[in-house]
Amino acid sequence: MASFDDLVKRRGEIAAGRAPNRATLVLGDGTCGRASGSSEVRAALSEAISSLDTEKRLAFRTTGCHGFCQIEPNVQVLPDETLYVHVKPENAQSIVEAALSGKVLKNLTFKDGQKKSCAKITDVPFYKRQMRLLSGLNVYVDPLRIEDYIAIDGYQALAKALFTMTPDFVVEEVIKANLRGRGGGGFPAGWKWDSVRKAEGEPKYVVCNADEGDPGAYMDRSLLEGNPHLVIEGMLIGAFAIGSHEGYVYVRNEYPLAVQNLIVALDQAREHGLLGKNILGSGFDFDIRINRGGGAFVCGESSALMQSIEGRPGEPIPKYVHMSERGLYDKPTNLNNVETWANVPFIVNRGADWYRTIGTEGSKGTKIFSLVGNINNTGQVEVPMGISLREIVEGIGGGIPNRRKFKAVQTGGPSGGCLPADCLDVPVDFDQLTKLGSMMGSGGMIVMDEDSCMVDVARYFTNFLTEESCGKCVPCREGVMQLRDILNDITQGRGREGDVELMEDLSKFVIDCSLCGLGQSAPNPLLTTIRYFRDEYVAHIHDKKCPARRCTALISLRIDVENCTGCALCKKQCPTVAIAGEKKKTHVIDPEKCIRCGACYEVCKFDAVIKE
Amino acid sequence: MELETAKIDGFIARYGLHQGALIQVLQDIQGEFNYLPREALEYVSEKLGTPLAVTYNVATFYNVFSLKPKGQNHICVCMGTACHVRGAQSILDKFKRELKIDVGETTDDLKYSLDKVACVGACALGPIVVENETYHAHMKLDKVGKLLKRGGRK
Repeated sequence: MASFDDLVKRRGEIAAGRAPNRATLVLGDGTCGRASGSSEVRAALSEAISSLDTEKRLAFRTTGCHGFCQIEPNVQVLPDETLYVHVKPENAQSIVEAALSGKVLKNLTFKDGQKKSCAKITDVPFYKRQMRLLSGLNVYVDPLRIEDYIAIDGYQALAKALFTMTPDFVVEEVIKANLRGRGGGGFPAGWKWDSVRKAEGEPKYVVCNADEGDPGAYMDRSLLEGNPHLVIEGMLIGAFAIGSHEGYVYVRNEYPLAVQNLIVALDQAREHGLLGKNILGSGFDFDIRINRGGGAFVCGESSALMQSIEGRPGEPIPKYVHMSERGLYDKPTNLNNVETWANVPFIVNRGADWYRTIGTEGSKGTKIFSLVGNINNTGQVEVPMGISLREIVEGIGGGIPNRRKFKAVQTGGPSGGCLPADCLDVPVDFDQLTKLGSMMGSGGMIVMDEDSCMVDVARYFTNFLTEESCGKCVPCREGVMQLRDILNDITQGRGREGDVELMEDLSKFVIDCSLCGLGQSAPNPLLTTIRYFRDEYVAHIHDKKCPARRCTALISLRIDVENCTGCALCKKQCPTVAIAGEKKKTHVIDPEKCIRCGACYEVCKFDAVIKE
Repeated sequence: MELETAKIDGFIARYGLHQGALIQVLQDIQGEFNYLPREALEYVSEKLGTPLAVTYNVATFYNVFSLKPKGQNHICVCMGTACHVRGAQSILDKFKRELKIDVGETTDDLKYSLDKVACVGACALGPIVVENETYHAHMKLDKVGKLLKRGGRK
């Protein structure tokens, strides 16, 4: 395509090639879909459709994640928006037949908390309260077909920017929209663009941070995997505004499907004249390369990421000079996160004034969260900024499973914190979460029930950060490790009076003296659990008890005489042969041999194994 | 083992002769040979003009690289937060007990390697175990034995 008109023409051709009144089956076939068996469903559906007469053939599209990961494999029938959940290959034939006759298969629909059947996606509580601005497009796009993206007005924003806006105007719009960095920091993207644009030095680089290292977060994977062109378009617009001709996507190696889809998307964009020289005949040149990360969490930090692109170990460097002036290869560099880039086409297309109508005073637009952990409806959630945590956890997430009680929600990954039930009514935006001692982070939201031990959670994150610290600066390398060791002692029953105060002191030093964001925020999970769950620390240290019965050194397991039926299932599972008993008679655990792995507790169907 | 230099040349050609290509080339070598042979590191250093010390520094900094051959079946237990709160640690412990190796090690018969990964991004389906390229969702302790049995263990 060599002009604006070509793009419009191409869109018309794609629309004309589609049968208007024919239903489309859409299968979620991202990483989580495949982990649930969508590949087999894909094969079965293709076969069922290809056996139909040509004029009756339904359209079939495999796409990235639809968000509600827990009900996968799932199939949507468009335009009715009928949703089928937990689809198996043997359902393929009946789904195709139902779609042809306009019927709904009740047995495959989602059942809500009251066992009511939700035939349409708009009836499902998980989707009802969301605003799926970015992630909602996944359903319409096969990531391997650029035509699908063009058909939904893809690259329209790019054309609008190239042919009707000046670079300064684009920057102004993004500033006005107050788009803040979705990777965690929340720094206004427009200001960053402006300083890179004004910085001296050529070439200027544009980088997309897809090194989503936060454990428990996968929004960027889902966007890049399901709709790579949206991210590419955002980068193109940014590059045009900044005056850059070279871009990089730094993506995690742990996301093989995202890498694969991005490679195909970049190739197709080049073939269509949307990347490379003289884009759409505008005279603007830009191309993007992919760099795969090496599995280092610290590479999400801007300077470490750039070190890694340059082929060095990902160790952060002191930022006396901003990356926007001297970043990659010492040149002005603009780094934004995947989700930030994906917001850009919306701002350009619909204008900053429209964008500002979504969200709170200080935080505009939507935010994608991965709502996971001990929650009924797990998946990827997109909501307008300012919605309350309660609305997300109870409304969208449907509360806690197995009649357990809510204990905490962890936001912001290893740099964030754990918030208790008292904080549930706080509106979620950048500033509010920071006030509570946590942070927005990239959007992981891990819900924990009463069986989660907060000391163990702090130990988990501190241990993670000890392993991921690059080791360059002493406060982070040694300080975080000491915190980890103290937490290990506490969870293993060796906690001492004064440990909590010692950790608070040490945390202050780590925060103040570390070189980069990893160390500066490393004590956050620990400090928030102390702030909100101090009694659990006291129980571990003083009473040598784990109230959640999670820390194996502080619990014991026994079998309840009343409930045990003597089925011997636990005996079979026990790795240390610590369980004895004859069939159909009460079993006993030998506390000397027991390693408290919990295998018996997990398999017992009669609640006879008791943790104390 | 004879070093397959032609393959490595092919990888280098994809990214060009500069240090920025180093990590990408090593990724491809790791993908092809399942580890980074010493000879390959020397060869790449010479070709890209990066000192061997730098190449070695990179090869040992990033988790994705291994200087020892990995087993036929590569078991990766996801230790992300969502998997953690659903019991990933006990799944990892069970693999350690069953395979009698620690994280980062390979069984003597080169059949299994055990690793943990920070997060594979399939958090809704945790605990997750990735066996080579297959994702096993909703892992349970008793599924560990079955998974190893299918792979010819026990």
